[in-house]
Amino acid sequence: MRVMAQMAMVMNLDKCIGCHTCSVTCKQAWTNRAGTEYVWFNNVETRPGLGYPRTYEDQDEWQGGWIRKPNGRLELRAGGRWKKLLTIFSNPKLPSINDYYEPWTYDYETLLNSPQTDTFPVARPKSLISGKDMNVEWSANWDDDLGGSQEHAARDVMLKGIEDKVKLEFEQTFMFYLPRICEHCLNPSCAASCPSGAIYKREEDGIVLVDQDRCRGWRMCVSGCPYKKIYFNHKTGKAEKCTFCYPRIEVGIPTVCSETCVGRLRYIGLVLYDADKVLEAASIEDEHALYDAQRACFLDPDDPEVQRAAEQAGIPGDWIEAAKKSPVWALINRYEVALPLHPEYRTMPMVWYIPPLSPVVDVVRDTGEDAEDRVNLFAAIDTLRIPVEYLANLFTAGHTEPVDKVLKKLAAMRSYMRDINLGRDPDESIPAAVGMTGEEMYEMFRLLAIAKYSERYVIPTAHAEQAHALEELATECAVSDYGGGQQDLFGEGSGYPTPVAVENFRMLQDRQTSDTLASPSDKSSRVNLLNWDGKGTPEGLFPPRDEGGS
Amino acid sequence: MNVFLWVIVPYLCLAVFVVGHVWRYRYDKFGWTTRSSQLYEDRLLRLGSPLFHFGMLGVVGGHVIGLLVPRSWTEAVGIDDHLYHYAAVGGGLVAGFMALVGMSILIYRRRTVGPVFSATTVMDKVMYAFLAAAIVLGMWNTIAGSIFSLGGEYNYREGVSVWYRSFLAFQPDADLMAEAPIGFQLHALVAFALFALWPFTRLVHVFSAPLGYLTRPYVVYRSRDDRPLGNAAPRRGWDQVPR
Repeated sequence: MRVMAQMAMVMNLDKCIGCHTCSVTCKQAWTNRAGTEYVWFNNVETRPGLGYPRTYEDQDEWQGGWIRKPNGRLELRAGGRWKKLLTIFSNPKLPSINDYYEPWTYDYETLLNSPQTDTFPVARPKSLISGKDMNVEWSANWDDDLGGSQEHAARDVMLKGIEDKVKLEFEQTFMFYLPRICEHCLNPSCAASCPSGAIYKREEDGIVLVDQDRCRGWRMCVSGCPYKKIYFNHKTGKAEKCTFCYPRIEVGIPTVCSETCVGRLRYIGLVLYDADKVLEAASIEDEHALYDAQRACFLDPDDPEVQRAAEQAGIPGDWIEAAKKSPVWALINRYEVALPLHPEYRTMPMVWYIPPLSPVVDVVRDTGEDAEDRVNLFAAIDTLRIPVEYLANLFTAGHTEPVDKVLKKLAAMRSYMRDINLGRDPDESIPAAVGMTGEEMYEMFRLLAIAKYSERYVIPTAHAEQAHALEELATECAVSDYGGGQQDLFGEGSGYPTPVAVENFRMLQDRQTSDTLASPSDKSSRVNLLNWDGKGTPEGLFPPRDEGGS
Repeated sequence: MNVFLWVIVPYLCLAVFVVGHVWRYRYDKFGWTTRSSQLYEDRLLRLGSPLFHFGMLGVVGGHVIGLLVPRSWTEAVGIDDHLYHYAAVGGGLVAGFMALVGMSILIYRRRTVGPVFSATTVMDKVMYAFLAAAIVLGMWNTIAGSIFSLGGEYNYREGVSVWYRSFLAFQPDADLMAEAPIGFQLHALVAFALFALWPFTRLVHVFSAPLGYLTRPYVVYRSRDDRPLGNAAPRRGWDQVPR
């Protein structure tokens, strides 16, 4: 047993309203730079729909992820090492910018500089790739809310095999939203595809990152990732990907997408897993067994033996404690309501989803029946094969049984909690029908519906014993080492940057020890503008007048 | 003049090549990339890039054999001048032609595809000029010199190659180059200029050919940076507590 810790996420799709706040805040934080205009570390797709980039799930076309060879070993679907090196001069399976979309801006200057005219001036869209005028024909969420569903949603790869059963007439269509970030897989095919070895999985928390100094821009990772969550920055010539906001995670706060999620549908926590079992689980023959195989890799943090092994593997005590409280662990293994996205890619993804019950509930409600009655809901889950099969194509490689089980649990929770909320006696036969106790069901309800910030995000900080080196604490005797010396040999800005704490300390010291308040003779002047009424020239507000006069 | 052209200039270029690469690697690892433009355009690249690159691999291989292997060695293993000549000209023509056609496609693409053109830097253009000149001059030497014998017989293995090896051994014999035909002289000068430019262009990607990929494990694990959190750089003096 080789215990490793993985920072993981679960998203509760029933709560997603498709507002794209996660995408927008993520973009503002990470990809609002030149070269990353088309890059969405987080995006929200309407399903059924094409996804981003278009039809990325069609691995016959894009060749992402792993396949199991007849001899039982895993191989990159796009080919082995030699094939990768021989095709390095022109990547055969790289999505072009048109499979994402051509990013654009508007020529706002024509609005500002327009003379008075009878008609309104128009700001024309300009391509950010070529700088020329362009027609906006596609974007990151063009088929949002089933927009153009006849044309686009019908091409959804996940509808293969059930397309004759799915009616895409607008009023009969079910839909839900699927927010996606990098999966931070246990068996990442992007890292395996990288010829330079620049993509690595962090030992401490399993976050998959691109070393920007080692990336040489071969672009094999973009093809290798079946989720197409590695993007090529066309200005710097380097690959970039979702970082799980590791600078935030390291200090114990959730990712930007989770922090800003309006529906509070994201959960972050640790999962302990046995690294020795990963490859074996990923190579299992039956695609339908991959979901269970991956769950079998996870280790119960309450098991004393696991705790001992984790300690031996150098996992700090507070991390083991956090793993016990992890909402992700609870949703995946205790309540078994979270499912992985596309386990059939064999990358062992670590961002899991609670499938939405809403398509089923909506149908029941539309028929005028009681949509919170267990019997009605269970019957609907059994008869409404289309949403269930569709969800199974997304989350369990087409195996409907686990999806059925999860939906029934959610439906049972719905009826069980209604009795409690209405002050009736809880019906213990409802949780029993899905193999749970009433207490468990209530706990699950708490976690899914009313869990507070600290319960949804259980994030241990990076090694507490290193806190003395944290920037703003600066409990080491740092001050005496800064200033002086030869650090500014090449002028201002050379040498090591002065930490903010030290800078503040020196400014405070200057202020406390200077003789004059407003204009110390040897320092730049400081004056309190709040006390200035705009008349006259208080001393120190303006530089001294040149006495020579000119 | 001979000493200037065939001793001073080559060594200067070599020095810039070596020092430039060390400098670039230490100060600009982030800029060390192929700067691929495949995202913009795929069709022409798919044709031109492999043609050019595989052609260039052949060209480089041919130069290594032609410049570094003395005539006496090939004779010792029983390859006479005639056989060598055929192999060299044949291989050189195929590889050179591939590189030339590939490069023409790539330059055409770079000029006509809008996004690719606007992503082209001045350094790229200068580098293309020298690279194209070197390839064209090299082809000229092969075709005109070795096939049609324009400007008289010249066996570069007795002249240029010997000079090159003396140059690498730091005992340069400038006279050997001075006697070479003008085509060879120009080709050598352009090539040395290209070497001097090399560290400052995207050509640096040649030195990151990812051969390690063949032997490394598929998934790379790395520990979090040893740097302490925050932007304070580690200072000299006490080592950090081992962990």
